[in-house]
Amino acid sequence: MADTARPSNAEDLQQVIAWAAGTKTALELIGSGSKRGIGRPVKAAMVLDLSQLCGIDAYEPEELVLTAGAATPLSEIEALVAQRNQMLAFEPPHLDTLLGSSGAGTLGGIIAGNLSGPRRPKAGAARDHFLGFSGVSGRGETFKSGSRVMKNVTGYDLPKLLAGSWGTLAALSSLTVKVLPVPETEVTLAVATASPEAACQMMSVAMRGNAEASGAAYVPEMLTPASSVQAVAGAGHGLTLFRIEGFAPSVSYRAEALTGAVSAFGEVASLAEADSRIVWREIRDVALLADRPQRPQRSLWRVSVPPATGHLVMAAMTGIGGARGFMDWTGGLVWVEVPDEAHGFTEVIRASFAGSGGHATLIRAPEEMRAALAVFEPQPRALAELSARVKAAFDPLGILNPGRMYPRPEGL
Amino acid sequence: MSSLKMPAPDSAVLERRSEIVAALRAIVPGEGVIEQSREMRVFETDGLSAYRQLPLCVVLPQATAQVSACLKYCNDNAIRVVPRGAGTGLSGGALPLSDAVLLGMGKFNRILDIDYDNRACVVQPGVTNLAITRAVESEGFYYAPDPSSQIACSIGGNVAENSGGVHCLKYGLTTNNLLGLEMVLISGEVVRIGGKHLDAEGYDLLGLMTGSEGLLGVVTEVTVRILKRPETARALLVGFPSSEDAGQCVADIISAGIIAGGMEMMDRPAIKAAEDFVQVGYPLDVEALLIVELDGPAIEVDHLIERVSDIARANKAQSIRVSQDEDERLAFWAGRKAAFPAVGRISPDYICMDGTIPRKALPAVLAGIAELSDKYDLRCANVFHAGDGNLHPLILFDANKPGELERAEGFGADILRLCVKSGGVLTGEHGVGIEKRDLMPEVFTEADLAQQQRVKCAFDSGGLLNPGKVFPVLHRCAELGRMHVSGGRLPFPDIPRF
Repeated sequence: MADTARPSNAEDLQQVIAWAAGTKTALELIGSGSKRGIGRPVKAAMVLDLSQLCGIDAYEPEELVLTAGAATPLSEIEALVAQRNQMLAFEPPHLDTLLGSSGAGTLGGIIAGNLSGPRRPKAGAARDHFLGFSGVSGRGETFKSGSRVMKNVTGYDLPKLLAGSWGTLAALSSLTVKVLPVPETEVTLAVATASPEAACQMMSVAMRGNAEASGAAYVPEMLTPASSVQAVAGAGHGLTLFRIEGFAPSVSYRAEALTGAVSAFGEVASLAEADSRIVWREIRDVALLADRPQRPQRSLWRVSVPPATGHLVMAAMTGIGGARGFMDWTGGLVWVEVPDEAHGFTEVIRASFAGSGGHATLIRAPEEMRAALAVFEPQPRALAELSARVKAAFDPLGILNPGRMYPRPEGL
Repeated sequence: MSSLKMPAPDSAVLERRSEIVAALRAIVPGEGVIEQSREMRVFETDGLSAYRQLPLCVVLPQATAQVSACLKYCNDNAIRVVPRGAGTGLSGGALPLSDAVLLGMGKFNRILDIDYDNRACVVQPGVTNLAITRAVESEGFYYAPDPSSQIACSIGGNVAENSGGVHCLKYGLTTNNLLGLEMVLISGEVVRIGGKHLDAEGYDLLGLMTGSEGLLGVVTEVTVRILKRPETARALLVGFPSSEDAGQCVADIISAGIIAGGMEMMDRPAIKAAEDFVQVGYPLDVEALLIVELDGPAIEVDHLIERVSDIARANKAQSIRVSQDEDERLAFWAGRKAAFPAVGRISPDYICMDGTIPRKALPAVLAGIAELSDKYDLRCANVFHAGDGNLHPLILFDANKPGELERAEGFGADILRLCVKSGGVLTGEHGVGIEKRDLMPEVFTEADLAQQQRVKCAFDSGGLLNPGKVFPVLHRCAELGRMHVSGGRLPFPDIPRF
């Protein structure tokens, strides 16, 4: 069992990492630990527990910004901004059921993973809502980047680089994010859909109109029973779901227009506000694949591809016995669950988007599997070397979450 | 010209000029290499025209392989390189250096792929911002970021500067509308990041490149996201007795859950200059004028026009006009869009500042600017992207009067210091370049700047790409990489350990 250091403030954090740099002690960074199982296994002599760096420092609804400690629970932030009818518009997924953790995690964890929900195609990813931070590099130096304003090009945009870096560049102590108003109302159209390919075609048609869908997902017939919304669970066929959000008169107008545009594809049902909220939470949290927590021997992949090609991943998946999955992000995000014994799956899936671009990330798998497979998409040589140099620019000794994204290069 | 220190020219490079030109001609034949002073004159400055410098020579490649070979040659021979897009930048990011090759990307002017199914457009970096919209508007699509130079500025330059426009709060800046890049490193290596999928893999180098001002790599291909053009747009033109009232109106609109397509504010001097110039019926008896544009389906726009009108009335609006047709909407904007040339008409010269502040700080910052205006004895007109807090003070001066440029620059620097003190930043969309380079320590500590420069070292360890821009002090990468650590025991017995 590794030692644990639990700094109580940003100054302590700096001292711990400076010490670790001085002694070349590898650190595993955790907030609440909810996403600890994502990535390649980290071999570290010490756990750096950031859980004390929590609390909301400033929330200014009229400025649309919030600043909080890195380990502030996501649920605390969501509850606070909801009081002012605001939200994190990138719709951070709560993966606790899926990953078997006790909570939805922290703000820092969501940003470190750049995890975004169904509103991502319309509203942007977590990284697009991440305005500024302060933290400590692997050199043991406190630094900041970004700001508390919406529009800023003063210096390099390091918040972008830190988002999705899985704690391998710096330990964040404080983060500023953008918040936005909660839409006044929403409705979901559920269209009977024959195949993933038909779903992609339908979503393409829908996005060419002015419906401004803030969510477009495809759930195959096999997964509809997992929904707690009756209209979905009892559909008896695959469904393409479109969410329309906004001011009431606009929502009904756009829903009607979209119904007209997609009715040729299949029967259209409408889910009112309450059901709509539930079903998109299920999509966001990958809840449709979280029904078998007792069977952790099924690994889970998150595949990001050009939206019109999501069906190719779905088609490749059906060639693997026992695999199941669904599409979000207008087809651009495919969640795929496969039995661990399905060897060679990685190659099959990665081959399915080789021509059109994309990447696959292993989100849940046993440790041996995460150690053996490329958890993150392998990169061409020049890009891999550049990424390694960027890592070294922040963490030259490789002490922060070593090996979590990529194996440590030779010589480091 | 005021004294802005640029890196000392490398005399060894200057002496080898003809050899360098010959080597570059072997890579980019014919007219692709320019060395005559007369012909290089058009490249001597960008949108920050107070600063001029002829480059060593100009190279105009038209293929990625040529860019790669040029950069590799320059890297191998320790020759500096300044990349340039359309040259419309306002912060001097494309200012040449006498010992540097100016790499102009203007010949990369083709649209490569329009993909409506993936709502993406792949273009070469020299394509203008507006040309992307022109190419997709027949299908009802457009490219959202709309810097005021959009007719001339290139998408490659937009990536380098992370350009914005007047619709950023709702539709984002360049960085939020970019899907992929092909770029060439100074080593000559070609790297592709992202594509038509929504989030790039690995470290977010796409986000890092955007706004990196030509210091990290040369972009040779850009994939952008295109959006459906909203069905309709209407605007309100609202006059207020004070900037406080106008500012509170903006805050109340946002608090009501309304994210307008655009919200622009002008102060009295800017209103007067614009109205004198274009005569669109701006009220002249108000202290602040607000343009609020709402876009979307007509039924939504009509609904929100009512709500915003109510909010404006509750904030002491002196006059409210609502555009009744497209011509009237464009007329409302005509004054705002003509604000810069309108100010140019009433003053021999002007400089445009670009701070961003928290919206609530606007009245205090405007008051501070008025005080500085007295102190420097120079006039100032203010236009403000009220939705996102981006303030453009226009400082009026006459460069032919001795000392006025220096005074104007001093005034501008003090305005930016005021923005930073108010919780804001030096630049919202124009970039640091040379213009705000020496003010960077107002925002960043030495450690902050050193970390940014280490990132630069990961891309360009010789410091050859666009040196002298963004960073006030140049450090060698070896020096930046050195670790000052003290080993030993944990120095903090009070931190809980388990």
